Amino acid sequence: MTHSTAVKSTAHKSNSHPVVNDFCITVGTVNGSGSQTANLTLLRALFRMGIPVSGKNIFPSNIQGLPTWYTIRVSKDGYLARVEREDIVVAMNPVSFGHDLASVTPGGAFYYADDMKFPITRNDIVPYAMPVKQLAREADVPPSLRDYIANMVYVGVLAQMLGIDLERILEALNFHFKGKEKPIRSNFDVVKAAAEWASANLEKRDPYRVERMNATEGYIMTDGNTAAALGAIYGGVQFAAWYPITPASSLAETLNEYLPQLRKDPVTGKQTYAVVQAEDELAAVGMAVGAGWAGLRAMTSTSGPGLSLMTEYAGLAYFAEVPVVIWDVQRVGPSTGLPTRTAQGDLTMAYYMSHGDTQHVLLLPGSVSECFEFGWRAFDLAERLQTLVIVLSDLDLGMNQWMTEKFTYPDRPMDRGKVLWEKDLEQLKGEWHRYLDVDGDGITYRTVPGNRHPRAGWFARGTGHNEYATYSESPQDWENNMLRLKKKFETARQLVPKPVIAEGKGAKIGLIAYGSTDPAVNEARDLLSAGGVETDYLRLRALPLNTEVNEFIQAHERTYVVELNRDGQLCQILRAELPAEADRLHSLAHIDGLPLTARWIVQKLLAQEEK
Amino acid sequence: MATQATPTVSPVPGTNAIGLTRADYKGAPSTLCQGCGHNSISSQIIAATFELGLLPEQIVKFSGIGCSSKSPTYFLGRSFGFNGLHGRMPSLAEGALFADTSLKGIGVSGDGDTASIGLGQFKHLVRRNLPIVYIVENNGVYGLTKGQFSATAERGLELKKQGTNPYVPIDICMEALASNASFVARSFAGDPRQVKELIKAAFSHNGVAVLDIISPCVTFNNQEQTIHSYTFGKAHEEPLHEISYVPAREEITIEDFEEGTVREVTLHDGSEIILKKLDKYYDPTDRGEALHMLEQAERNGWLITGLIYINPNQPTLFDYYDLPDTPLNRLGEDRLRPPRETIEMVNSWMF
Repeated sequence: MTHSTAVKSTAHKSNSHPVVNDFCITVGTVNGSGSQTANLTLLRALFRMGIPVSGKNIFPSNIQGLPTWYTIRVSKDGYLARVEREDIVVAMNPVSFGHDLASVTPGGAFYYADDMKFPITRNDIVPYAMPVKQLAREADVPPSLRDYIANMVYVGVLAQMLGIDLERILEALNFHFKGKEKPIRSNFDVVKAAAEWASANLEKRDPYRVERMNATEGYIMTDGNTAAALGAIYGGVQFAAWYPITPASSLAETLNEYLPQLRKDPVTGKQTYAVVQAEDELAAVGMAVGAGWAGLRAMTSTSGPGLSLMTEYAGLAYFAEVPVVIWDVQRVGPSTGLPTRTAQGDLTMAYYMSHGDTQHVLLLPGSVSECFEFGWRAFDLAERLQTLVIVLSDLDLGMNQWMTEKFTYPDRPMDRGKVLWEKDLEQLKGEWHRYLDVDGDGITYRTVPGNRHPRAGWFARGTGHNEYATYSESPQDWENNMLRLKKKFETARQLVPKPVIAEGKGAKIGLIAYGSTDPAVNEARDLLSAGGVETDYLRLRALPLNTEVNEFIQAHERTYVVELNRDGQLCQILRAELPAEADRLHSLAHIDGLPLTARWIVQKLLAQEEK
Repeated sequence: MATQATPTVSPVPGTNAIGLTRADYKGAPSTLCQGCGHNSISSQIIAATFELGLLPEQIVKFSGIGCSSKSPTYFLGRSFGFNGLHGRMPSLAEGALFADTSLKGIGVSGDGDTASIGLGQFKHLVRRNLPIVYIVENNGVYGLTKGQFSATAERGLELKKQGTNPYVPIDICMEALASNASFVARSFAGDPRQVKELIKAAFSHNGVAVLDIISPCVTFNNQEQTIHSYTFGKAHEEPLHEISYVPAREEITIEDFEEGTVREVTLHDGSEIILKKLDKYYDPTDRGEALHMLEQAERNGWLITGLIYINPNQPTLFDYYDLPDTPLNRLGEDRLRPPRETIEMVNSWMF
């Protein structure tokens, strides 16, 4: 959004034609001022009007005081990616007033709190002054809450000026305040008063309007961290350990919120899970590895810096063959980086995480509803493969509100993998060996503590071991074991979610992307197609690669790999794993902390095509 | 932790209350140095668990990295075990023991593993009061890396190749107490009887039982005048009391003791610790006294051993969770996955 002043808009120059359900609103406020309630209310009301809508919170790493922006995109065509277009700007923060004013698209609308006495230096926009302080003063709330409720003024003014149903705003407030009558009423009173004031005092001079649609049927609105937690709950999560970190904290907090409601033991009414807030990420992953080893569906959730701390345990989980799930809600790195901005920069690290020869199964959810699906599937894979599975989400998916398909119930029973209990060992007459590959798929049988059979026990270790789980420094044992682990990784190829492929008309160009860039890629394909450039699109959903990926690359003259990092990490992995296709692969990688836009993809792709 | 095995009537000679022999509690032959204190502690773990009549499958062993952490291979060969990462054994145990809270955990660590790299996890395990027997085989040096100072080495200690240790040592018992440990003991590998009785009591304690056992490293730190050596321990060990453990199933014959010379502490499973007074009376239920005594011992270079502190009733980690009696790791899909009809409700919770 900060680059938007440089963007020459080609659309909406005229005021004469209304622009319906196809524009962006950006709200500039002070962080910690309660504007999130107002912004989410607008977003949700638009969603309830049946209009496709997306919201992005571009916020600072700060609790209170720094400038923060929220952008809402209304798109009749269903595009949910960020766009660099400020059709409507709401300025509530004197510090960012100048920036906000400059950012308005020519012909756009500029709403601002009238207590900010700055000159309006542009005549190519439509300014609207709002009596924010006055309307907040008249609200029926204690003086301490006035600053918070003041944000409802722009909600009411925009509702009036754009045509947002007040009933839908009431529904949004009801949801936000969980049915609590008092805050709902006091907020809604301000919205109504502001709408009435706007009706009486403002003359509509800009083209932007909303109209009811029916394009959100079957969708819900939520964030990826909530979806991931709920998915894990349906996956039967039994143990979660975590340490607070932006932007992953809300994932574990959501577990704590919904587990008591969804996971009371049907037999005893007791809890069938345990969540522990650990002292750090080393302990969080250690606890999860311990629990996974002992037969629990175990997970932890973190972001890049935490993932770094989990590295040593990742190697142990891989080598001792312990099922465990790590959710990495990525933010911008290296180091502390930009903790409140989004990225896909942990791919390489997560894939090879730890020393020696390690490689991990990665799941790459591309939507909020897929966060739910991978929430439960991750456990099936981890237990089937007896290994660490890392799910790579990101801040954009994890923390922003998205319209997303309703969650669907898991379509298959839980896969608990090759676990032997007492009766199994009795049948085997106690003849079993922990690391002996009897099925030839690289996956061996395990027992878990609590199994009382006298032959059940075994000693897990990060040191060299043979097929019988005894300590070994034998070169042959070491090599055999590592080769079997590699074989297991080959088995993983067949088990991980297959990519989703969308085909264009006779396209020679392929696109590969994953995760939260999906909406931008979809929109870019439409823009390219409109300009005569057809593309096929493979959305990767997991590593290791399945054969479909190789076939897709082979079927195209050129394949562009789109991702939100500096180095084109997926492109590097593809080139390394499919060396014969390396020349066909082109990296379109970009990282500035903001969600990817379709325009960036189109520009960069066309620039490379012209070469 | 009421997992005491049911006694059988007149067991076969050489067998314990559950009919197992001492061999059922042994592990692989030790690969540690001849005379290593850790081997002696392993023997007492074998003796204690055999005599307690614990089912080996009911015990889970944990360790970090170092000589001490290798030792779980050398006892309880039938038990499950996990030799984890350096200094990170506490977290491993915390996660694993949630799977079946009827299991008895025993963690074996060293002074490097616990007091240096793992001090944070150690203190947090103590703070959460995870039910586990937590043994620190404390010798003041890193053995596997050939004789560097550890965080418990005394100031001024001189070692070949290392020079003089300039730093003040960390006192593991004091660290445990500072973190509100519910059972803190110090012992000496050269006092096998006390070690065994303390291990038995620790297994019956419902909470974390920290056993800081001075366990001489015969190869790198066994000089006569240093606190971690056999010679020093043999000459200067000062037991706070004579400790005996009496299992719940045995009747205590208190008449054996002179009145006023004995203190009993009843543990969670009904067993008792009998502390017989030696030179002067020491109350192991007084945390203030315990800290004061440790402070004095540190200042004067005393090797105080025995039960330093105990609170048998402190809530454990598991008390904060309302878990079913069936171990979590035996729950099937019917008890773990919410029923199909709930998904619409969940969708309705979203906007």
